[in-house]
Amino acid sequence: MDKLSKENKEYLIKRNTNEYEVVIGLEVHAQVLSESKLFSTSPTKFGSEPNTQVSLVDAAFPGMLPVINEFCIKQAIKTGIGLNAKINKKSIFDRKNYFYADLPQGYQISQYKNPIVGEGTVTLDLPNGEKKIGIERLHLEQDAGKSIHDIDPNNTLVDLNRSGVALMEIVSKPDLRSLDEVNSYIKKLRSIMRYLGTCDGNMQEGSLRADVNVSVRKKGSKELGTRCEIKNVNSIKFMQMAIDYEANRQVDVLEEGGSIDQETRLFDTKKNETRSMRSKEDAHDYRYFPDPDLLPLELDENFINDIKKNIPELPDEKKKRFIEKFKLSPYEANILVSDIDTSKYFEEVSKNSDVKLATNWITGELFALLNEKNLEITESPISSKNLSKLINLIKKGTISGKIAKTIFELMSDGDKDPEKIVEEKGLKQQSDPKELEKIIDKIISENPKNVELYKSGKDKLFGFFVGQVMKSSGGKANPQLVNEILKKKLN
Amino acid sequence: MSNIIDLKLFELVEKIKKKEISSTEVTKAFIDRSQKSKKLNSYITENFENALQKAKQFDEKPDFNKKLPGIPLAVKDLFCTKNIRTTAGSKILENFIPTYESTVTQNILNEGGIIIGKLNCDEFAMGSSNETSFFGNVQNPISENLVPGGSSGGSSSALAAKLTPATIGTDTGGSIRQPASFTGTVGLKPTYGSCSRYGIVAFASSLDQAGPMTQNVKDCALMLEVISSYDNKDSTSVDFKRGQYLKDINENIKGKKIGIPKQYRVDGMAKEIEELWKKGMKIIEDNGGEIIEINLPNTNYALPTYYIVAPAEASSNLARYDGVKYGFRSKGENLIDMYEKTRSEGFGDEVKRRIMIGTYVLSSGYYDAYYLKAQKVRRLIKNDFDEAYKKVDAILTPSTPSSAFKIGEKTNDPVSMYLNDIFTVPINLAGLPAISIPAGHDKSGYPLGLQVIGKAFDEQNILNIAYSIEKNINFKNNINDWWIN
Repeated sequence: MDKLSKENKEYLIKRNTNEYEVVIGLEVHAQVLSESKLFSTSPTKFGSEPNTQVSLVDAAFPGMLPVINEFCIKQAIKTGIGLNAKINKKSIFDRKNYFYADLPQGYQISQYKNPIVGEGTVTLDLPNGEKKIGIERLHLEQDAGKSIHDIDPNNTLVDLNRSGVALMEIVSKPDLRSLDEVNSYIKKLRSIMRYLGTCDGNMQEGSLRADVNVSVRKKGSKELGTRCEIKNVNSIKFMQMAIDYEANRQVDVLEEGGSIDQETRLFDTKKNETRSMRSKEDAHDYRYFPDPDLLPLELDENFINDIKKNIPELPDEKKKRFIEKFKLSPYEANILVSDIDTSKYFEEVSKNSDVKLATNWITGELFALLNEKNLEITESPISSKNLSKLINLIKKGTISGKIAKTIFELMSDGDKDPEKIVEEKGLKQQSDPKELEKIIDKIISENPKNVELYKSGKDKLFGFFVGQVMKSSGGKANPQLVNEILKKKLN
Repeated sequence: MSNIIDLKLFELVEKIKKKEISSTEVTKAFIDRSQKSKKLNSYITENFENALQKAKQFDEKPDFNKKLPGIPLAVKDLFCTKNIRTTAGSKILENFIPTYESTVTQNILNEGGIIIGKLNCDEFAMGSSNETSFFGNVQNPISENLVPGGSSGGSSSALAAKLTPATIGTDTGGSIRQPASFTGTVGLKPTYGSCSRYGIVAFASSLDQAGPMTQNVKDCALMLEVISSYDNKDSTSVDFKRGQYLKDINENIKGKKIGIPKQYRVDGMAKEIEELWKKGMKIIEDNGGEIIEINLPNTNYALPTYYIVAPAEASSNLARYDGVKYGFRSKGENLIDMYEKTRSEGFGDEVKRRIMIGTYVLSSGYYDAYYLKAQKVRRLIKNDFDEAYKKVDAILTPSTPSSAFKIGEKTNDPVSMYLNDIFTVPINLAGLPAISIPAGHDKSGYPLGLQVIGKAFDEQNILNIAYSIEKNINFKNNINDWWIN
């Protein structure tokens, strides 16, 4: 654990005189970004008509056999590299046997004892510093189909579009200690995978879901408490709500002298509570065994190295570079690198304009605009090209910061070129000292009383003169020059 | 001209190529005989009308470059055939009509073959006598009320009775070689990975292998050439250079070293089996081959190993037959009830027995003691063969410990039924090729077979040895058409 993490606000549950620490581990299911499924050539497009993306293999017709999709393997390896993890040269696909209507084979092909990716780490960027979270493993598995219970009153309908879609299950070590860390961890995973292009991280579409393992222990205790697993939670908010409820429930049980049963629980988002689904005794016996239809997956050193060579700059490296090269604060760098599209936008803007101004304008005005309109940065109404033009206009002194804000608003309507706006609206900053002097002289002659008062010591009136000059110039006067000339004239 | 049905497959091919006979004539001849032979119950599904149409089409536009030009063939009902019902001998697939073709049958179609029907088999290929089929027992043409072997019992019966000039079966623990031995025909189980498993109803994936069943060794070579191919739809298919098995067939076995495993002399082995084996050895020696005693020390463990590995895989492979997507569905109160009723009513006893054994050996707490240990023993058995092949080119054994038995004789004693596979099962566990050829008769006049086991992908070698034995052994099947009035 990083030294700095100790400074982070602790998440502790207090009852009576006891303080409990919450220990959290996540099993994140991330859908592999790929055109076709893990073992078949069916497409994976989200939102298609039910049962239109289903091959004979996905529907488990007699005699149909799985064939590994090489692209999905590469995606898993890429992700493993992004998690600083060990890539296993030999991994095995196993069958996890259970019956369910939306599981056509009667087993899920997954990886049990020999996953494709082993131990790794993810670095969280917390307000007071970094914390490293251990990754236990990453393995590939098939998604199941979907049972739909609420369309037909008498029947359950099954949609197999998802059946066979590749998932990466990323299992963390029980290193998370607070709701903020969970939030930060999920966001970091998502960020890494989006940088790599291995998962779109779209939680609304179910591309990222998690099983949450929660246990509590008295503060200072070294031993882990008995954990409960909360299945299939599909948003960060729900994860946090579920953990908070579950941790408090466990503390209550312990405080009343009870003990925690290891069990699987469900989170009811409407009632905001977790409920027991099945106890350890009722746990399925999945009868895992190596899938005899698939040979062990053996990876060549060169195959892995070729993938390594093509790994793009990841958020941690990019952050470091932004801090070193652009002299950004860690806070600013974090904001700019956490999302790959934001970082791309930033780099495009800053390539052609002042870095400091670019940082301020993106994290300030642009983020506010996107927030207000509920848009992603990829949908930004202002292109990076035009934003860099605006910044250059400020930098060159062609316009003032204040005018720039007006122009920014105008730009957002159809990505207008700021240079054209300046020209059309005549918003160019007045920086000619002779012209400014004329205006200033006029203001001074029109306000003899205030001049007298100022000279007699009422310094605050300086602002009055500046305001009058700006007003008279229609806001275009170069504020710095106005200051200089005014001072000269009044003193 | 001799009767069409009495011609060998390669002779039929030659005569069609020489335009001496037409595909329609040949197809008609085998269909006529099939229609007269319903008593054998060899077929589950007939495709006669469609086959005749195909034969006519072939004759109108013949392609004599094909390896099976307009040749009619009936195949085991474990191969999925597009638009032709495929049941695997089970009620649960009683009305299942695939929209796709297995690679092996597609290879047959690609070479000009015509499917005239689907042949009976033990349910999901689980059985050694064809008595577990939902579609009833099959008669061995050798004698009434004699089993034809299994699981490819419909195939061996139809072949021996000349309802099809050749056929294909599948062999998981002996299901091609044992029925071939019981009917006086030739059956070859190729090396695992030689024939694609795509579109074959799976029994035990790591053991299943399709192979030819024919009247003689040359036909066998021809059929193997047709059906063996690399297939990227089967991840266990092996991309090796397939031979021109028929062209390269050669009876010269001079200098070949043939191993005789002493562990195959099982207790209580019938004297006639022992004599048959000796006869085989003598032929090899007479033809310049060398007989070498070899050691396969783990042979005793093969059968128990097989009866752990095969049911384990089967229990999982058969999970897909749940009434949800296709096949038989029983009504239930809820999903679980529907599963239970569908599978209780849809599967027969032997299949259920094996699903239960398989489920048990994979269960947590038992996995290490059974499945894992069986996999380790399997490795040892394979090592035995690897070791033996350092000294010999091939291995000669009997195909089965006895000749065909009566229908009903062993149905209540699964273990004695399983013992039938004692000589064939180790070969599947090791993934090796082996051929059974008819070599003699027992005192009742029932046929007995010899098995030649080869090195992996060395099919040509065992075909050659089998060819040499066939030439010297003068075997003749005594079939008197008792089932035809």
